[in-house]
Amino acid sequence: MSSPRGGGKERGGDGERQIHVLAVDDSSVDRAVIAKLLRSSKYRVTAVDSAKKALELLGTETNVNMIITDYSMPEMTGYELLKRVKESPKLREIPVVIMSSENDPDKINRCLEDGAEDFLLKPVRPSDVSRLCGRMRS
Amino acid sequence: MSLMALRERLNVLVNSMFLEGLLDQQFRQLQMLQDASSPGFVAEVITLFCEDSERMLTELTKLLDQAVVDYQKVDAYVHQLKGSSSSVGAQNVKLACIQFKQFCEENNKEGCLSALNMVKHQYYSLRSKFDTMLQLEQRIQAYDSEQQN
Repeated sequence: MSSPRGGGKERGGDGERQIHVLAVDDSSVDRAVIAKLLRSSKYRVTAVDSAKKALELLGTETNVNMIITDYSMPEMTGYELLKRVKESPKLREIPVVIMSSENDPDKINRCLEDGAEDFLLKPVRPSDVSRLCGRMRS
Repeated sequence: MSLMALRERLNVLVNSMFLEGLLDQQFRQLQMLQDASSPGFVAEVITLFCEDSERMLTELTKLLDQAVVDYQKVDAYVHQLKGSSSSVGAQNVKLACIQFKQFCEENNKEGCLSALNMVKHQYYSLRSKFDTMLQLEQRIQAYDSEQQN
């Protein structure tokens, strides 16, 4: 399958299919903002408020092209979600992007070393979403 | 009041909020995201922010009212409030939260109480203007709906 350009759609055998991003954030404000940013780039978005709900969805939904998750969440952090995804044979190919309001180089490096596709500083901007465009799972 | 006058009043209000430091450029980003497919996006985010903030301010007040303060919990709530105020562009609230976090890290109860009062002051100043903003938006949208019908 070819990489998508300009967001939104990917080529499939049965025609174009909308790219599906799973957004994970315990903050309702941030969920609304990241969902809107992604939908403005024509992605289909499912937004959940915890890593636990994200894993439940990933267990049933096979068509997730990217996960974008907040780092600091109660119970299970975005980093722990990243680890669980990368340790799973079924999920490990899904790119995981971490978001955080803290510019902590150690935290950023650890996430990238452990398989994160990218690390975005909050507040997330449209330009941040644009740069994710070519990195969705096809 | 005419539609043009309403829009002008809204612009003046929003511009004054920028000038006073109540809002920063992140709010402009939210305004730019609002479009025909989601005409209520800014109002939705403002409403979520206000609900969250008031919940957190209530919890913070309770926590700081305890004889022995759990600074970890206080810090967690301040961190959340700082995050959501940053995401919505609520500059003065965000700055007050940064100061609050500092006192938290020092386990300084007096400092935290003072900081909480400042955050509340900044939040309620902003809330009052957000209420006016939303009322004006609603009136503008009512005009637009009438014109479409």
